[in-house]
Amino acid sequence: MTSAAFTAALGLNLLAAVAGLVLPPRSRRAAAGAVTAAGGAAAVVAGVSAMRGGEWSVRLPDLLPLAGVQLALDPLGGLFVAVTGAVAVCAAVYGIGYTRHGGLDGRVPQVMAPVFLAAMALVPAAASVSTFLLAWELMALASLLLVVAEHRRRDEVAAAGLWYAVMTHLGMVVILAGLAGFAAAAHGESFERLRAAADGLPEWGRAAVFLAVFAGFASKAGIAPLHVWLPRAHPEAPSHVSALMSAAMVNLGVYGIVRVGFDLLGGGPAWWWLAVLAAGGGSALYGVLQAAVSSDIKRLLAYSTCENMGLVLVGVGASGLFAASGARTLSALALTAALLHVVNHAGFKTLLFLAAGSVVHATGTRDLDALGGLRTRMPATAALFGTGALMASALPLGNGFVSEWLLLQSLVHALPSGGTMTAVTMPLAVAAVALSAGLAIAAFVKAFGVGFLARARSSAAAQAREAPAPMLAGMAAAAAGCVVLALSPGLVLPSIARPVALAVPGPDAVAGPVTLRLAGLSGTVSPLLIAAFLLVAVVGLLALLRLAATRRASRRRARLWDCGAGPMSPRMEYTATSFAEPLQRVFDNVLAPETDLDVTPLKESAYLVDSVTYRTRVGDRVEHRLYRPVLAAAARVGEAARGLADGSVHRYVGYGFYAFTGLLIALAVLR
Amino acid sequence: MRDLFRKIRTTGRAAEAAPRRPEPALPARARALAGSVQVRHVDAGSCNGCEVEIASAFGPVHDAERYGARQVASPRHADALLVTGPVTRNMEMALRRTHEAVPEPKVVVALGDCARNCGVFAEAYGVAGAVRDVVPVDVEVPGCPPEPEAIVAALRGLTGR
Amino acid sequence: MTGIVGTVLQVVLVAAGAPLLAGLMRQIRARAEGRAGAGVLQPWRDLRKLLRKEPITPHGTGALFRAAPLVLAGTTLVAAAVVPLVTTRSPLDGAADLFAVTALLALGTVALALAGLDTGTAFGGMGASREMVVLALVEPTILLSTFALSVRVGSTDLGAIVGSALDDPQQVVFPASLLALVALVVVVIAETGRMPVDNPSTHLELTMIHEAMVLEYAGPDLALVEWASAMRLTVLLGLLSNLFVPWGIAGDSLAALPVAVAAIGAKVAAAGAALAAAEVFMAKLRMFRVPELLAGSFVLALFAVASSFFLVAP
Repeated sequence: MTSAAFTAALGLNLLAAVAGLVLPPRSRRAAAGAVTAAGGAAAVVAGVSAMRGGEWSVRLPDLLPLAGVQLALDPLGGLFVAVTGAVAVCAAVYGIGYTRHGGLDGRVPQVMAPVFLAAMALVPAAASVSTFLLAWELMALASLLLVVAEHRRRDEVAAAGLWYAVMTHLGMVVILAGLAGFAAAAHGESFERLRAAADGLPEWGRAAVFLAVFAGFASKAGIAPLHVWLPRAHPEAPSHVSALMSAAMVNLGVYGIVRVGFDLLGGGPAWWWLAVLAAGGGSALYGVLQAAVSSDIKRLLAYSTCENMGLVLVGVGASGLFAASGARTLSALALTAALLHVVNHAGFKTLLFLAAGSVVHATGTRDLDALGGLRTRMPATAALFGTGALMASALPLGNGFVSEWLLLQSLVHALPSGGTMTAVTMPLAVAAVALSAGLAIAAFVKAFGVGFLARARSSAAAQAREAPAPMLAGMAAAAAGCVVLALSPGLVLPSIARPVALAVPGPDAVAGPVTLRLAGLSGTVSPLLIAAFLLVAVVGLLALLRLAATRRASRRRARLWDCGAGPMSPRMEYTATSFAEPLQRVFDNVLAPETDLDVTPLKESAYLVDSVTYRTRVGDRVEHRLYRPVLAAAARVGEAARGLADGSVHRYVGYGFYAFTGLLIALAVLR
Repeated sequence: MRDLFRKIRTTGRAAEAAPRRPEPALPARARALAGSVQVRHVDAGSCNGCEVEIASAFGPVHDAERYGARQVASPRHADALLVTGPVTRNMEMALRRTHEAVPEPKVVVALGDCARNCGVFAEAYGVAGAVRDVVPVDVEVPGCPPEPEAIVAALRGLTGR
Repeated sequence: MTGIVGTVLQVVLVAAGAPLLAGLMRQIRARAEGRAGAGVLQPWRDLRKLLRKEPITPHGTGALFRAAPLVLAGTTLVAAAVVPLVTTRSPLDGAADLFAVTALLALGTVALALAGLDTGTAFGGMGASREMVVLALVEPTILLSTFALSVRVGSTDLGAIVGSALDDPQQVVFPASLLALVALVVVVIAETGRMPVDNPSTHLELTMIHEAMVLEYAGPDLALVEWASAMRLTVLLGLLSNLFVPWGIAGDSLAALPVAVAAIGAKVAAAGAALAAAEVFMAKLRMFRVPELLAGSFVLALFAVASSFFLVAP
């Protein structure tokens, strides 16, 4: 079952790529999109069947020279394959409508999308270092080509692509170094060998491997301060690609950490996981703060990805920490929360990026300040984005709530059993999760309230048109998945228990179809019952209102209360920038916004003002403080090195000679 | 804080004893308000004499709030408009719009001589007319300015308490 | 059985008693100002009147504007049913713990903030923006205080926390509990828009937080919003008093229910009276001083968690 479905998924994606290559532009979109969606569905089947215990592995020694290919799908890999597949179905269906314009129906984007998906399905299925790295690199290259798909239309795309290319390859280098070192020490590169050899490694060796792969995978997951590519590349990519990257690709960073940290290395000392937890907490806070003050809808979503991946890593880190101190139940609970959050995040982020894409498609702008009033022009998209925003803000009725609840439960139950270190760490972790939950609410109220409610603040928004049917279908599928996850997480939790058990052996951490009960701990919540009570309460109130409110039927429409001063124009509305201004002031020290105020006086007198220009911008402080100096230094070194290369052949021959002689001398001295 | 506490203790109750309840002056369509009237004050061009007296009527001594009248911030929350001053040209449209913004049932109180008949500002170039020329008036309170007792009595007539 | 009756009782009690609490608090303030006051029943009269008025839909507002009061009141009613006010045996207790209750109340706030934004007026947006800042900054304090209270019980389940305080009364005077109490009081003040975070009786739009979002509501819609605000205050004060002074709450016995109703009524009235009396001595803080207050409460909550570990754990 698993093998057939997985092979079908790869085959269908290959077929879609071929279709994208050979078919004429008119039929290309629909054919490639439909086949890709089918491939995604096959990947879901393969992943779910692997999670249910249908493990599968295969060795193809002749497929590639030297190492061959080794694939294996276990429950942990199956989870990520299933998530990728589900995201792919939504994005591919959506893509049929979305890629109609803007040159996205060209060969490169149409071929690369299925290739990207196939690579993302291969990464969690890889069972040897070389296969893994090959799939990882294929995924990076395919996504890079997709990110720069619109480079002819916007100048920023090229810069985003450059950042992405450099960051992803630096990540690749450290992962390569870490895994290659591991493989060399294990005298074999299959994951089985690595698992077997992990215990024999010296402590410093294990730590070096873990830190190297952690840095590489954290950069892929968009963990601050390695996130800088993410808020550039995700907004600039075509929106269905943004959804694939933000909802599926970043997950593989988490997969890498869990696979190497828990499975291959078999866990590690507490300080590793403390580092993971700290990185996750910091990233959650930094990401959500940036999201809360961002006025670009896709940039906001991209930073929200940094936040959610941070929360996932808090769970992963806590799980490792508990495992290191022997608290197996808690460890399983924390990892369950983290993996469930991966699934939930994939659901709502797909929905949000696709809905943001249809806004961009309809209005041509990502600037929330220039949107507004979309709920009248595009009601379906507005409702779908609203659903996604509710899901993302960790409120009841949303799926984010369930996984954050589990995460918080795992953190608060840690105190009695843990030592002083948990007593210091856990309150801070809870505070970080809580603050990021609160700020996420503010960010998504802003995104939905300012972007879709009230009235249009630009002619583009006033003339927006509802997205075509395939795009709506893609979004609706994602929304339906989110609603199921939100109301009955009990349906998916048993499937997540297996991957968790693979990393942290032990009984299921959470059980119960309607009311979630924590195993071995006291704590229950029932999202379905909460939703039902809320429905009963609202219906009851409506009935009560019908009885008590005597004039309720004669609802009158009236002009907005404008203080009697004449009609209100949309220019008077609160924009995203003004909405976020109080937060920006509260977190002034962290965000360091740049503001310019230009006052131009009249010619006649310096006291009479002709015009005032106020400009404020919140840049990415990590990028400014950490990356810019490094880049500037690198550029200076490059400039200086140019003096060495003056075009004289004699000099180049000289360099070669001296370098070779130096090497020989060094060898003679060292041997 | 201690000073304030001492002040509260020594002052005790500043509110005067409630005078006899005046006749209800509520129009039939506004009976539904019974016992609770939220008031939105509109200064349509007053000299601020009436405003001083309104402040006094809602102050501790006369305490109009004890009869169920309360000032609110938005005409949407209001049942009664308390209009002072002659309606100036600049405030004419604003007064109409404020009146329109109040949900039914609603009443209008023209407070002070200026509001009733433009008072000393009658036929001035900037005056559009008395309040009743702009919006329908239900209750009038004479005086220049009216005494707080008169204002309280008019409000009690609306709340019926 | 006790549970079901108790749950129905506490919902009815909150629904009917919340306006009385608001009336009581206004009356206390009026007396402190030397006024006579409108009486405890005045909020009920206001609500009755608002229900008889016509509702208004301003131009350019959508379904969300109309649904928000219902969601606000609905979430509050669910919270009233779930928290242990009259009984610790609520059959709904398992559906939601303290995390879920705070999230549920936040959902109501979010609905109202979206309605404020939906009007497209500057004041609506301003109120929504400020409310979200307060909400975001309050969240860490709530969850940390929850954490501190849950450590001694090993659960965030509300019935369990209250029950454990009943079994072991001296827990209430532990430093962890007292620090958490102070932190939670600040949270309740901020969440319900009382002084010094927000002034519920202000007429000046620029100083408003909560009121600015509801400026466009009229008639029954406004009645729902005001009723829900009063109920939120009642539920939060009731929860706070039962977390720290749980005595009187009904357990298994049906006969204890009347006592429990009287006890929670008295406790909430006392807490409300204390809050109203304290408000007389306070002025509203500047908007940008509010984060300092909330940060202070956050630090207290952090101390509470730390002390619950270092001072209590063996």
